[in-house]
Amino acid sequence: MTIEKHQHVVNISRGLVFNEGDQSLPGEAIETKTVGQVTVDSPVISARHVNVHYGEKQAIKDVSIDVAKNAVIAFIGPSGCGKSTFLRCLNRMNDTIANAKVSGSIRLDGSDIYDRSQDIVQLRARVGMVFQKPNPFPKSIYENVAYGPKIHGLAGNRADLDEIVQLSLRKAGLWEEVKDRLDNPGTGLSGGQQQRLCIARAIAVDPEVILMDEPCSALDPIATAKVEDLIDELRENYAIVIVTHNMQQAARVSQRTAYFHLGDLIEVGPTEQIFTNPRHRLTEDYITGRFG
Amino acid sequence: MIVVILLLASIAFQWAKHRAISLVGGTRGIRNLHSLPAYYGMYVALWCALPALAVLGVWHLFGDRVVIGMVLAQMPLAFQNLPADQAGLLLNDLRNVVAGAIPMDTVRPEIVAAAHHWQQLNAQSAVAGGLLALSVAIIVGVLALRTVRSDLRARNRVEKMAEWALLASSGIAVLTTVGILASVLYEAIHFFHFVSPIDFLFGTTWSPQMAMRDDQVGSSGAFGAVPLFAGTLLIALIALVVSVPVGLFSAIFLAEYAVRSVRTVIKPLLEILAGIPTVVYGFFAALTVGPLLRDFGVSVGLTVASESALSAGLVMGVMIIPFISSIADDMITAVPQSLRDGAYALGATRSETIRNVVLPAALPGIVGGVLLAASRAIGETMIVVMAAGLSANLTANPFQAVTTVTVQIATLLVGDSEFDSPKTLAAFALGLVLFFATLVLNVIALKVVRKYREQYD
Repeated sequence: MTIEKHQHVVNISRGLVFNEGDQSLPGEAIETKTVGQVTVDSPVISARHVNVHYGEKQAIKDVSIDVAKNAVIAFIGPSGCGKSTFLRCLNRMNDTIANAKVSGSIRLDGSDIYDRSQDIVQLRARVGMVFQKPNPFPKSIYENVAYGPKIHGLAGNRADLDEIVQLSLRKAGLWEEVKDRLDNPGTGLSGGQQQRLCIARAIAVDPEVILMDEPCSALDPIATAKVEDLIDELRENYAIVIVTHNMQQAARVSQRTAYFHLGDLIEVGPTEQIFTNPRHRLTEDYITGRFG
Repeated sequence: MIVVILLLASIAFQWAKHRAISLVGGTRGIRNLHSLPAYYGMYVALWCALPALAVLGVWHLFGDRVVIGMVLAQMPLAFQNLPADQAGLLLNDLRNVVAGAIPMDTVRPEIVAAAHHWQQLNAQSAVAGGLLALSVAIIVGVLALRTVRSDLRARNRVEKMAEWALLASSGIAVLTTVGILASVLYEAIHFFHFVSPIDFLFGTTWSPQMAMRDDQVGSSGAFGAVPLFAGTLLIALIALVVSVPVGLFSAIFLAEYAVRSVRTVIKPLLEILAGIPTVVYGFFAALTVGPLLRDFGVSVGLTVASESALSAGLVMGVMIIPFISSIADDMITAVPQSLRDGAYALGATRSETIRNVVLPAALPGIVGGVLLAASRAIGETMIVVMAAGLSANLTANPFQAVTTVTVQIATLLVGDSEFDSPKTLAAFALGLVLFFATLVLNVIALKVVRKYREQYD
């Protein structure tokens, strides 16, 4: 992030900003308190007052939001707005980054995932993740999917494991394409197939939540359409959080949308309302393409 | 002479550069030149220097022979019709006189005369060669200068020459290998005239002492190399058993667990191991490890020779640790973070991630490193000479003294030896086998490493 943007961050935290994108007068105060309904009934994840610091820099500022069961929530916002950072807080992937500090509370089914007693292995078994770039292991397709169940001891015997692998590949819509070549390396598949393999790998451990960090940004439109259909189907069984730069995609796949801006959560609401009738000016500016 | 030619070339460089600039009417017209002026300079300078240097080189190579021929032709007839060996002696005498190693007044007058003649011819030859090279430089340089025109594709030509120079340098390495192989092969074939390859490769007795004279009491000489191969393999195996786990584990620690400050201290320290001369390792093995093992053996009731395969193997293992740890560390660090993230996101612990994802992805590279270390272990001589002894035992017992191929080569060629006895020539046959063994290992290592590149992505 450039110094210029960094100063911008400081300004916002004081509640004062002059945004290059709109035509308002300099010095006009812009409210950065979250607009809209952040809570849902019976959330699977509820985050409250989450702050993330990378060293001196604050990447996430006092974000509170719920993730609902059996629904897709999309995180949108300009680059560097903290949406990926926040996503990675939800399964503690930021733990691998030195000097990242998380405060606030994130509860998964009521228990704090940053609590000392929380085992990170179990957490990640319950909150799976799919990455921006497909990252299948350099193993066979079968081994890729079977890896999670193996390390968590989910399958008692080979037959169980076969079944889990088949089921996961079916759910990921990949079974028909790969059933005859399960022993081929996963890295030999096309980009879209690899990403669906990674989704199959994530759902093989039967998580409650699947986090997706721009899962389609490395894919062509046809593969993207397949993954989007898949996300819609997966909603029946899982809560899904998807970070995307593609606003059409957010509109297509999600039920709720959250707009992040420079570390603040600006607005949360039903996707339709966010895209047709945003209540915050920053959201509106972003959606209508005035900046970002 | 070479300095003069280079001086000429640099003058030609300036001249051609200015000529190129003046051709297009000063520095403003440079864009009308096909290439930058310096390329024209370089082009003419190369033409000026290279043919002249070539002439000089050829003159030096063959001039001496012509001079010798002329000297011999001038000598009295009695000297011209000597048998080959005496002619060689005479020539050596002459050479020494000319070089001043033998005082003039101690040799026969004919030789003194010939030596004077030789010196004279030498001086003439040097002057003639120099003049020829100089004139070649000037003539070719001027011709090249005349070809300088604004549309001369000087840049392309100079770069073509640079390409040839690069090719020549890589050719030197290849030719050296071919040359070494050829000489070893030649002597080895010579050896196989005395001893059949089957006896050599499959015989189990190694005792290369031959009777040099008919009246001498000596063993008949047996050249079964199996004990040597076995000894080599045994020691290399012990070395690998030590170095592979230690090297690999330290690489895993350095790449995955160590914090940066620890890593910056440990890594260079490990690599210092690679810088210790093998002689130092050798006496460490012979004077420290060997007796230590023997005493330890006594205390637990084992018979350990003070020169044993074990002590040599252990110390050699320590020596090749940095090869393995350094390559493995690079390979593990090269595994993309995204693969680790993928495993972590599935709930894998750090050790599971390393065992199941990182190591398999890095494995081919690590195997390549191990094979390189193995060929290093097989080729190692000094430690074995000092710590494992010279006796060619065919044994799998690491507590006994064994010997290796390289050690035998060294001992066979040390001291006075004649090049028509199988004892000396056996060294070349052993060298040939060793060459092929390490070559095969290296080829396998390269293949594995190449395969590794296709692994992820």
